[in-house]
Amino acid sequence: MSASRARRRDVAIVSFAQLPPVRRDTARDETELVQPVVTAALRQAGLTRQDIGFTVSGSCDYLIGRPFSFVTALDGVAPWPPIAESHVEMDGAWALYEAWVRLQQGDVDTALIYAYGKSSLGDLPAVLTMQLDPYYLAPLGIDAVSLAALQARALLDSGRATERDLAVVAAARRGGAVAELLATPYLVAPLRRHDCPPISDGACAVVLAAGDAARRHARPAWIRGIDHRVEPHQLGSRDLTRSTSTAIAAEHAGVATIGPIDVAELHAPFSHQELILRDALGLGAEVAVNPSGGALVANPMMVAGLTRLGEAAARIHDGRARNAVAHATSGPCLQQNLVCVLSSEVAS
Amino acid sequence: MNRCAIIGIGQTHHKAKRQDVSIAGLVREAAARALADAELDWKDIDAVVLGKAPDMFEGVMMPELYLADALGAAGKPIMRVHTAGSVGGSTAIVAAQTVISGVHRRVLTVAFEKQSESDAMWALSPRIPFQPQLTAGAGGYFAPLVRAYIHRTGAPDDVGMMVAVKDRQHALKNPYAHLRIKGIDLAMVRDSPMLWDPIRYLETCPSSDGACAMVLTDEDGARAAPRPPAWVHGLATRSEPVVFAGRNQVDPQAGRDCARDVYAQARIADPRRDIDVAEIYVPFSWFEPMWLENLGFAASGDGWRMTASGVTALGGALPINPSGGVLSSNPIGASGMLRFAEAAMQVRDQAGEHQVDGARRALGHAYGGGSQFFAMWIVGRDRP
Amino acid sequence: MDRDEEVLEAPYRLEYTYQRSTGPVIGRFLGALRDARLEGVRTASGSVMVPPLEYDADGAATGEPTVVGPGGVVTTWAWVTEPRREHPLPHPFAWALVRLDGADSAMLHAVDAGSIDAMRTGMRVVPRWQDERTGSIRDLACFVPESAAAAAAAAAAAAAASAAAAGDDRPPVTMFPSPVALDYTVTAGRHLSAYLRALAERRIVGGRCPVCTKVYLPPRGACPTCGVPADAPVEVADHGVVTTFCIIRIPFDAAPFPPPYASVAVLLEGADMPIFHLLRGIPPEEVRMGMRVRAVWVADDQLGPTLASIRWFEPTGEPDAPHDQIARHL
Repeated sequence: MSASRARRRDVAIVSFAQLPPVRRDTARDETELVQPVVTAALRQAGLTRQDIGFTVSGSCDYLIGRPFSFVTALDGVAPWPPIAESHVEMDGAWALYEAWVRLQQGDVDTALIYAYGKSSLGDLPAVLTMQLDPYYLAPLGIDAVSLAALQARALLDSGRATERDLAVVAAARRGGAVAELLATPYLVAPLRRHDCPPISDGACAVVLAAGDAARRHARPAWIRGIDHRVEPHQLGSRDLTRSTSTAIAAEHAGVATIGPIDVAELHAPFSHQELILRDALGLGAEVAVNPSGGALVANPMMVAGLTRLGEAAARIHDGRARNAVAHATSGPCLQQNLVCVLSSEVAS
Repeated sequence: MNRCAIIGIGQTHHKAKRQDVSIAGLVREAAARALADAELDWKDIDAVVLGKAPDMFEGVMMPELYLADALGAAGKPIMRVHTAGSVGGSTAIVAAQTVISGVHRRVLTVAFEKQSESDAMWALSPRIPFQPQLTAGAGGYFAPLVRAYIHRTGAPDDVGMMVAVKDRQHALKNPYAHLRIKGIDLAMVRDSPMLWDPIRYLETCPSSDGACAMVLTDEDGARAAPRPPAWVHGLATRSEPVVFAGRNQVDPQAGRDCARDVYAQARIADPRRDIDVAEIYVPFSWFEPMWLENLGFAASGDGWRMTASGVTALGGALPINPSGGVLSSNPIGASGMLRFAEAAMQVRDQAGEHQVDGARRALGHAYGGGSQFFAMWIVGRDRP
Repeated sequence: MDRDEEVLEAPYRLEYTYQRSTGPVIGRFLGALRDARLEGVRTASGSVMVPPLEYDADGAATGEPTVVGPGGVVTTWAWVTEPRREHPLPHPFAWALVRLDGADSAMLHAVDAGSIDAMRTGMRVVPRWQDERTGSIRDLACFVPESAAAAAAAAAAAAAASAAAAGDDRPPVTMFPSPVALDYTVTAGRHLSAYLRALAERRIVGGRCPVCTKVYLPPRGACPTCGVPADAPVEVADHGVVTTFCIIRIPFDAAPFPPPYASVAVLLEGADMPIFHLLRGIPPEEVRMGMRVRAVWVADDQLGPTLASIRWFEPTGEPDAPHDQIARHL
C-alpha cells in the first residue's frame, strides 16, 4: 500500500524551529538543546505542551557515546503530566513519519517532533563506522568519507557527472569559485573538502496538526505524501550511482503528480549525492534546490533530515513556495531515504 | 481507522550466549518463525519495524541499516524504535499503528538483544566523565524502590521470593525460556546470595540473547490467515520524566495513565474481572505486586496480598507471566515484545504447556528507563 | 550564553572488545580466509554473493558455498592520502569494491597500489594475505594490482595454507574479537559545570524552577515538570535525610568498597529532590529511612569539580525525621 493511493487524513507541518547549527556547542547538554526549540515551535504554532497529542523524537546514543541520552533530552519537553511519547534511534525525519502515521488514527490532532545531535563530541567519521556490518565492514575501519568517495567515483565513472559538477554543487551551497575549489587537494579522492559536510551540533522541532487543527494556521504546509525506503546494506550489491530507494519513496509520496515544484530541500551530505538525488526525484533545472544551504552547510546528525522537512515547510509558511519536496537520508551512501511532498494546497 | 490483528508470532530460544548465530541469524530465527506461523514469505511483508535497547550492547549503531536485507526490507520501509526497556512494546505499537492507520497491510515487527556480544553492566553504564559514578550496580537503582514499596505497604519479605519461584515454575513449561531451574522453591531463592538488599540473586532477571517477532495485519489479512488471529483491542504509551521533585517512582503516574487509556479503548471496566491473563514486565520479583497496583488489578497497598494468595500463578484466577516472564528470559530489547507476543499467544490458544485455559483477553505490558516509559496492549480472541 | 571556558570538558574513550559469534555462513567464509582462500555463496536466484551472507538482498536464505577469485576487478575506488588509525594500511592506499572472478557482487577492501596513479576502475587485483591468520576479514591484508609476482605470491600463500590445513584439525571459525575504541570529548554543559565547580568549594548549589519553585540538584536546563530552566542558584545544606537506600552485598567492577555497604538517597535540607551517595559510619543493617546524615568532605587538597568531593555521608546522630517528611520522596 502506498501513501499516495489511499485516502489520508490531511496533516500539515504548522511550525518549525531550529537552533542555528554550530561547529561545537559545549554549553548545552541534550536537555538544553531540546528545550529552546520545543518552546519556540510550540509558541509559533500557538499551542502549549498540554495541547499536544503525541510526542516523538529522533536521536542517536553513539554520537555522544552514552546510552539512553534521549531520556534526559525528554526533560526538554517537560513530560508532566505524563504524555504519549515515542523515540526512534534515527534522524528526526523518521520521527515525523511516525507522528504522521499516528495522526492518521484520528484520535489526536497534534504532534510534536524534535531531534537533536551533538556530532562534535566524538570523532564522527569513526563513530559512523559503527553503522556498518560488524563482520565484514566495521572491522576494516572504513569511515563515512571514504564510503562516500567510493560512491562519488562510481558516479564519475558512469559519465553522468564530472568533478566540476561536484564543485558546482559545493559552490552553490557554500560559496566559492568553482575553479578555485577544483584547485584544492583531494580529501579522499575523488572528494575534496568542499564536497563533504561540516561537523555540526544542533536541534530542531516541528509541530504537525491534522484537519481543522491545521486549518487554524495561516499557511499550513500540507503533507501530500510521505514515504521512506531502504536498500541492501552491502555496497557491492547496490548500484551506487542511483538512489533506487529515493525513487520508490518519491513515487509513493507523489513527487511526480503534485504539479510544479518550487523548492526541494535534499539531505545530501556530500555534493555528488545531491546530483544522485535530483536524478532519483526527477527534479528539473527550474526547481530551487537547498536554498537553506543543505547539509553541505550544516549537518547535525539526526537533525539534518528533519531540518530539510522544516525548511521546506517554512518556504510554504511564508508564501515563497507553493509545492515543495523534502528529503532525508540515513546510512552509508544514501542507504535509506525518506521523501515528503508538501503543498500550500490541501489534497482535493 | 482499521483493526489490527496478530497473525504470526515467533521467538528464539533464549540463552545467556547464542554463540551459534550471527546477529542477523538471531533476528531471522524469530522472524522466520513468525512468517511461518502466518504462512507468509519475506516478499509478502510491506514494512519492517525494528526495536532494541542501546546500540552499545552489540556495538552496532542504528542496526536497522545492517539488518535491512536480513529482514527482507530492501525496497521497503524500515524503522528503528528505542524507548529503553519498554522498547519491545513500543515497537509493536508503532508497527500496529501503521496497520491501524491504513498505511500498511502486513508488517513484520522484530525486537532483539544479543547481550553476549558485550557485557550488560558495561553497556548500560560505561563510566563517563561528569556523570554520577554508579556506586551500586544496575539493581542498585531499583532496590531502593523495592524497599520503599515494602516500607509503604508492610509487605512480608517472602512475597518477592514467591514471585521468583512462581515465574521460574512457569518457565519450566516454556521451551523457549532461558532460565529453567528444576526444583525451584522458596528455600532455593532464600538461600541465593543477597545482591542489592532487599533483592536476592534469584529475584533478578538474567541477561539473555534472544529475539521476538510478530506479523501484524488488517482485517482482510486476518481473514486470510491460516490460524486464528489475536486482535488488538487497545494500545497505549505514556512517558514521564526520569526524576522530578516528589515523583512517585513506586507507583508512577505514567503507568496508571497508560493502563487507564488502554482499558478504555478495550472497554474494560474492571481489569481484574475482564482480563484473563497478563504478561507484565517484572525484572525484579517485587515489581509484580508493584505493577499489580499500578495496573489497577489490586488496590493501592494490596498488590502483595494478591501475589501471596496465589491468584497470579498458572491455575489461579489471574495468571501473571505464564511464560516465565522477564525473570526467566531477558534479551532486554526483546523483553517487552515477548510480553506483547505471549499475551497474543494466550488468546490464540497457542501457548502450549503454559496456556491459560479459555483465555479470551490478555494484557501485554512493558516499562523502561527509571520506571518512566510504559507501553501496553490488550489483545483478544474476538474481533473488537 | 555563558563563556565556553566555564564549561568543564574531559576526554572519554568508549572502548570495548566485542565478541562476535559468526553463525555458519560468515564463520565458513572467515575460516576460508584463514586458509587463504576466497569463497562466495550461491543465492536462490543463482548468483554468487561475496562476501557471503545467510540471506540475499531480498531476505531469502542463501545456499551452497562456492570458490571465487583469487583475482578480481575493481568496480569503484577511493584514494586515502592520510590513513586513519583504524584503517588497514598505514600508508596511502585505495579503498575499492572488488568483484572477484566468479562472483556477481563486489566486496569492499583495501588496495595497496603505491600511488593514486596506479588505480583505475576495471583494473585487476589479487589478494595479499597476512602471514598470521586468525579467522577475520583482516586475514586478507588487502588486494594488490595484478602482476606475475603478486599472483605467484598469492598462489604460494594459498598453497602453503592448503598444505598446513591438510594436516590440521583446527576448529571452524565461530567467534572473533572485535575491538572498538571511540574517542570523545565530553562536556558537562553550563549548569552541570556550575554545580560541579561549587562542589570544589564545599558548596552544594541547586537551581530553582521559577514556576514550581522546586530546587533541583544539579540545576537543569529544563524543569522536568514545567519546561523552563530551573537554574536560579540556591545553596542548599550539606546535611539531610535518607529517603530510601539499598545495601550492596555483591562485589562488582565499579564498587567503591568491599561489600556490604549502603547506597542512600539523601534529601538535603533546602533541596526538593534527593541525591544518591554512599553512607558510612554505621553498620549497613542499621541504616534506616528517615535517618539524618551529613556530608563528609574530602581534604582541601583533594577537592575538585566532582561529586567525589563528598567522600560519603555519615549519620548525625539526631533523631530520625518523621515518615511524612520523606513520604513523597524516594
